[in-house]
Amino acid sequence: MDLISLSALDLTLAALLVVALAGLTIWARMGLGRSLLIAGARTVIQLLLIGLVLQTLFDHAHLGWVALMALIMVSIAGYEVMARQQRRFAGLWGYGIGAVTMFVSAFAVTVLALTTMVGPSPWWEPQYAIPLLGMLLGNTMTGIALGLDRLTQTVWRERRTIEARLALGSGWSEAVATMRREAARSGLMPTINAMAAAGIVSLPGMMTGQILAGAPPVEAVKYQILIMFLITAGTGFGTLGAVWFASRRLFDTRERLRLDRLKPGRHT
Amino acid sequence: MDRLLDVRQLKTPQLGPLDLAVQPGELVQVTGASGAGKSLLLRALADLDPNTGEVMLNGEARDAMLPVQWRRRVAYVPAETAWWGERVDEHLPADFSRETALHLLEQVALPEASLGWEVERLSSGEKQRLGLVRALLNRPRVLLLDEPTANLDLENTKRIERAVRAYLAEEEAAALWVSHDTLQRQRLGGRILTIRDGQLEVNAWT
Repeated sequence: MDLISLSALDLTLAALLVVALAGLTIWARMGLGRSLLIAGARTVIQLLLIGLVLQTLFDHAHLGWVALMALIMVSIAGYEVMARQQRRFAGLWGYGIGAVTMFVSAFAVTVLALTTMVGPSPWWEPQYAIPLLGMLLGNTMTGIALGLDRLTQTVWRERRTIEARLALGSGWSEAVATMRREAARSGLMPTINAMAAAGIVSLPGMMTGQILAGAPPVEAVKYQILIMFLITAGTGFGTLGAVWFASRRLFDTRERLRLDRLKPGRHT
Repeated sequence: MDRLLDVRQLKTPQLGPLDLAVQPGELVQVTGASGAGKSLLLRALADLDPNTGEVMLNGEARDAMLPVQWRRRVAYVPAETAWWGERVDEHLPADFSRETALHLLEQVALPEASLGWEVERLSSGEKQRLGLVRALLNRPRVLLLDEPTANLDLENTKRIERAVRAYLAEEEAAALWVSHDTLQRQRLGGRILTIRDGQLEVNAWT
């Protein structure tokens, strides 16, 4: 069960494929060449950097460093969630709703998994904690971003309907229920689809990685099942929480629809 | 005379501060150039936009009531009613009385079957008439009508005018009615409020 180490030549050959693709798109004037090359360069630099960071972290395993790394990951993910909103909340709420719900769900699920299911010792062993948290954050982030974006967009589009329902004496929660349902759905669908398609349409990335690293397929499968359930729980609780808090924040204490609390994001 | 609606120092960023009192059974017209703040006044009274000031209904303070209760009693009806379900009856209050519904439908010249009609197939006249019925099923004490007949032909307009009049008389309720139509204003009669730049300019009788 040995991992075949990749040489610089191997990576260069793979890089040449991307360069060839970029060359083709430049030749065909598709306007993608530049983005491809820049993204490719970013992949190399970012992954090398994170590789170094992880190596250092593994060599100096200490709860404080692991916690710091985890916090940095959550704050960046929180920023990503905010940046993906077309209409986000003004002020601190724009960052807060996504970051706090992600922190609560992804963090809680990771800690739970480490302490009760995976059980490395110490429980915060960086080799387990950081990749686990990373996978959870990546998926939770997407779920929350999709859910929040869908919520604010549909509420904006359906503001007349919402106000009509308020005017007829519905409470805020009832007036926004359809939009909230749609938002939760759109945040959770990617995860549900991934679970449904796992192993049939695609071999999940983590399992593939473990198999490549020499793990027996059944062991890799068990890890993958665990991860998928954790991701579903983290994404689900995070998305439901974020959508609920955001929908509440769209109304004030007198249950008025307060679209003035949203501001157009940088993508509009 | 008693005051049904009593407004003191009502203020929003674009409106007021203004005072206003409305008697039971009264129909008050609200006029003013477009952008003067007529809709804002009605929306503030329904508590749909942030506002400050004291608003009382039958001596009961708005802030002492749940928003839901307030809006059932002080009902805002926009120029274009919004619909979200497939059939008309999905838009009615859960506990409405069939008898009242039939009575209201009769006044706007619609059959009982109209409650089961598909929203997609309603004409604008039917939408507005059913929109009024829907609001009246909550038995509001004050009606805030924001150009409810703006896109309607004369026949439908008159049906709505008659239905509102009848409701006010039967229920001792009051209405604030925003209208741009001079002929309609003459038909409606009563007191006229003119708003200019967010201030109550004239408080006169026709």
